Amino acid sequence: MPKMSFENHIMTQFDEELEEIRTQLMEMGGKVEQQLKNSIQAVIKADSSLAEMVIKEERLVDEMEVDIDEACILIIARRQPAASDLRFVMMVTKAINDLERIGDEARKIANHAVILSEQDGLSQGYKEVRHLGDSVSGMLANALDAFARFDVDAAMKTLEEDAQVDLDYKSALRELVTYMMEDPRSISRAINILWVVRSLERIGDHAKNLCEQIVYVVKGKDIRHQ
Amino acid sequence: MKEAKVAAKTAKDPKSTSRQDLEVDKAQATVGNRFCENPKMSMRDVNVFYGEKQAIQDVSVDIAKNEVIAMIGPSGCGKSTFLRSLNRMNDTVDGCRVEGEVLLDGDNIYQQNLDVVELRARVGMVFQKPNPFPKSIFENIAYGPKIHGLADSRVDLDEIVENSLKKAGLWEEVKERLHQPGTGLSGGQQQRLCIARAIAVSPEVILMDEPCSALDPIATARIEELIEELSQNFTIAIVTHSMQQAARVSHRTAYFHLGKLIEVNPTERVFTMPENQLTEAYITGRFG
Repeated sequence: MPKMSFENHIMTQFDEELEEIRTQLMEMGGKVEQQLKNSIQAVIKADSSLAEMVIKEERLVDEMEVDIDEACILIIARRQPAASDLRFVMMVTKAINDLERIGDEARKIANHAVILSEQDGLSQGYKEVRHLGDSVSGMLANALDAFARFDVDAAMKTLEEDAQVDLDYKSALRELVTYMMEDPRSISRAINILWVVRSLERIGDHAKNLCEQIVYVVKGKDIRHQ
Repeated sequence: MKEAKVAAKTAKDPKSTSRQDLEVDKAQATVGNRFCENPKMSMRDVNVFYGEKQAIQDVSVDIAKNEVIAMIGPSGCGKSTFLRSLNRMNDTVDGCRVEGEVLLDGDNIYQQNLDVVELRARVGMVFQKPNPFPKSIFENIAYGPKIHGLADSRVDLDEIVENSLKKAGLWEEVKERLHQPGTGLSGGQQQRLCIARAIAVSPEVILMDEPCSALDPIATARIEELIEELSQNFTIAIVTHSMQQAARVSHRTAYFHLGKLIEVNPTERVFTMPENQLTEAYITGRFG
């Protein structure tokens, strides 16, 4: 199995370009991770200013996506990468798409956090948000970690966590429905929380995609839709 | 001894893991899909020597009918030598010795009292530099069919010339000046003229030794398109330094390294997920 490495190209500039998009991707991953954490905190702590910050900073994530995308296109045009280099560049273009979508979902969560902070009510549903939030934040962190080390085993392990996230999402839905039936006054609030857990579930899917891409880049095996 | 040389060459950077991996794989036999059912040509344990020096080591591979197989590898890896052994072009090189079997439709082309001229009509060759005869365009094409007795009449010959030029995609450009010298054509046209000349004797296999390396991108694209069309009727083995070209035109790609056949696999596999570390290093531009 060929090892992943960006070194030893005859054109050392090419090494640097690949290393550069890797670094940029890690930075983007870090930023998205932070956005996600802040958005969850904003919901749980009813912190609307934190939520506003998440909303404002989503633009930075978008800019990062555009920059990395451009760098990838340049590499393809200039270097015609092959084999592991090609898989890596293609993976990056897909990974930044997933990261950007996670950024979107974090912004949506932040939007709901603002609305929730203006609503009175009990803290019902926060337990579910915290639980799911922890799970998907963990998945995202592990996925980025696996990417940094091109660690297929870690990626596979993280990928499998998505099934649990889906189950937790379903049980969170049931809980929320129960709250709504118990007290119709909570419906408006519960629906906002429902959107939040929905976003968290989507983020789990995107983290899973990232893991699949890590497997592809290292092993050359496409494990999507299996 | 060769291994030791590679080790010395590749161990320059002690930090690098990938180069050390290259040495481990050196002892490895050919990986991938070497053989096929109903091969047009079959090579078995082919060794080629130039005097004492061994240029090709134990190469066994099949070429399927109507297949385009690309041979790639760093300079001096033996890919051209191997290609030339497929129609005994090496016979003309002093001190060159070929061992093993090269079968064309099951018959060994190195058997004694085989007519080499006839062999080369069946297995034609196109070279790196276009080398038209210093004669008219018409004569360039007509020469082969004439000496092989393929044309009974002038009309036959005209037809062969026209068809060959059409197949080589050159007819429209030269039909008005068939009796002008072939050397007056542009480089790309000359190369297509040479391909037309190879086709004119109705070969079964066409060997191409870097057919585009002296051509500009447009002429190269024309030849590449031609290769695709020719593969409908002919079996083609092409040696190329351009990996993108191998990726574009071939069905299978064979990677040679220091006289050994390292990997043969479907082209799409070789350029996305090569099986061998050496192939990977070469096609990603890590040495060559």
